[in-house]
Amino acid sequence: MKEINLTELEAAFQSKLDREIRIEPNDWMPADYRKTLIRQISQHAHSEIVGMLPEGNWITRAPNLRRKAVLLAKVQDEAGHGLYLYSAVETLGADREETIDDLHSGKAKYSSIFNYPTVSWADMGAIGWLVDGAAIMNQVPLCRCSYGPYARAMVRVCKEESFHQRQGFEIISKLALGTPEQKEMAQDALNRWWWPALMMFGPNDADSPHTQQSMNWKIKRSTNDELRQLFIDVTVPQAELIGLTIPDPDLKWNQETGHYEIGTINWDEFWAVVSGNGPCNRERVAARKKAKEDGMWVREAALAHAEKRKARQAS
Amino acid sequence: MNNSISTYTLRIADDSLILGHRVSEWCGHGPILEEDIALTNIALDLIGQATSLLEYAAATEGKGRTADDLAFLRYERDYTNVLLAEQPNGDFGQTIVRQWLFDTFRLFFYEALCYSKDPQLAAIAEKSLKETKYHFKHSSEWVIRLGDGTEESHQRAQAALDLLWRYAEELFFMNAVDHELIAQGIAVDLTTIKPLWLERIQHVAKEATLKLPETNWVMKGGREGQHSEYLGYLLAEMQYMQRTYPGMEW
Ligand SMILES: [Fe+2]
Ligand SMILES: [Fe+2]
Repeated sequence: MKEINLTELEAAFQSKLDREIRIEPNDWMPADYRKTLIRQISQHAHSEIVGMLPEGNWITRAPNLRRKAVLLAKVQDEAGHGLYLYSAVETLGADREETIDDLHSGKAKYSSIFNYPTVSWADMGAIGWLVDGAAIMNQVPLCRCSYGPYARAMVRVCKEESFHQRQGFEIISKLALGTPEQKEMAQDALNRWWWPALMMFGPNDADSPHTQQSMNWKIKRSTNDELRQLFIDVTVPQAELIGLTIPDPDLKWNQETGHYEIGTINWDEFWAVVSGNGPCNRERVAARKKAKEDGMWVREAALAHAEKRKARQAS
Repeated sequence: MNNSISTYTLRIADDSLILGHRVSEWCGHGPILEEDIALTNIALDLIGQATSLLEYAAATEGKGRTADDLAFLRYERDYTNVLLAEQPNGDFGQTIVRQWLFDTFRLFFYEALCYSKDPQLAAIAEKSLKETKYHFKHSSEWVIRLGDGTEESHQRAQAALDLLWRYAEELFFMNAVDHELIAQGIAVDLTTIKPLWLERIQHVAKEATLKLPETNWVMKGGREGQHSEYLGYLLAEMQYMQRTYPGMEW
């Protein structure tokens, strides 16, 4: 009896996928589908929050009032993205604080790009332009993800990401077209961020074991390599437009395919950073842990006060 | 060109700029994600107010300087913010108590400044008042939560209040500039604000079960450019780009 039910449930789930009907929190879903989503969405949420740190590093040193305000607003948006995404994780029955503890223990991952240091103002441009640019490529297809709450969160997120990308490109353009010192600063930032940005799309399709299953579940809509190519094709002409050089001697335009071809990505570096050995992994996780630990008494106070209030109202 | 108006505006601007800078240091490090967002909002509002005010201070000064010049290229002695604004964030309790003392002042100050005969100041006050009402509500609610929360939070909030109370009096600093502009209906007479401020502070402190320190010891000097040791470091950071790459556009 139970087995028949399971078969029926699976068939109903599959039929929804086939008809492009969103899966909602109360719908039955395979345990692995749920697990995959919890992993992916919480990883995404952590990336938003950890991603606040490298840019937060420049808020107090922004070069003028307008840039300071725009950067603050941008980093604040990322916190908002984290909030939407943690809420989406909770619809799957996961606990926000537990997923955060997994981040702090190193069990949960986040985007490896945020383990690189921000050492100049130009990095604020490079991050907006390249990192938010790459995030858009990754996230636009997620607006059509089969899981409703994730897809809807992505729609809100994507609107803001294009503003992030634009402000980043504006920063880097201003530098690239500025004084020689500024141009050098911009080129140096591109040199440092280009390859890590390409790695943001994840390993080559051949080395990405989960891709096929995620595509079948319509969580993922395009492969890592497809999205990476899209990003390269869009970004290379932007660099040319402002007179910066992509740091890849093998980069060339292929007339036949209509795509740019790039040199070899250093996957050893990628895996080293993912497994905790990037330049700032320790600092990033330590900063998040510290925020949580330092905030413990604040959260306890808020809870205690709410309890007291309730008790007073009851009596 | 009216240099009294410029001097007066610059004080308000510097309070917003320096406190906004301090609050912005929290971005990415808040005790809860929601609070990270709230603090960043406050920082954004303060930087926004500072920008409008510095633009006006620069215009009335008439020396061809811009708002950015005033924000990033003055010497320490030329900043006229109150000492309270530049005090370090400390723990979340210290940040909140600092904010609460300031927001409560700002609430009554902007309410009064809305009636300024200077249309530009009145307009800035009106816009800032809306933001300040929210800041005031936010910091007052947190003072109550922390004061009347746990044993630990009460102690931390009380310690912050004991530390910062002596800086509050400077919010009511006035000199010849004020008297000149009060006579013209432009500036706010801060002696009229003081009792309102104290009454509101006492009210919230009572609900928070916090004790206002009984001291007459007052720390001041910021309004006249005499700052604490903290401001130099804050400015070193804030001015870093403008000082390292002089004369460039960003
Ligand atoms: Fe984001
Ligand atoms: Fe973003």
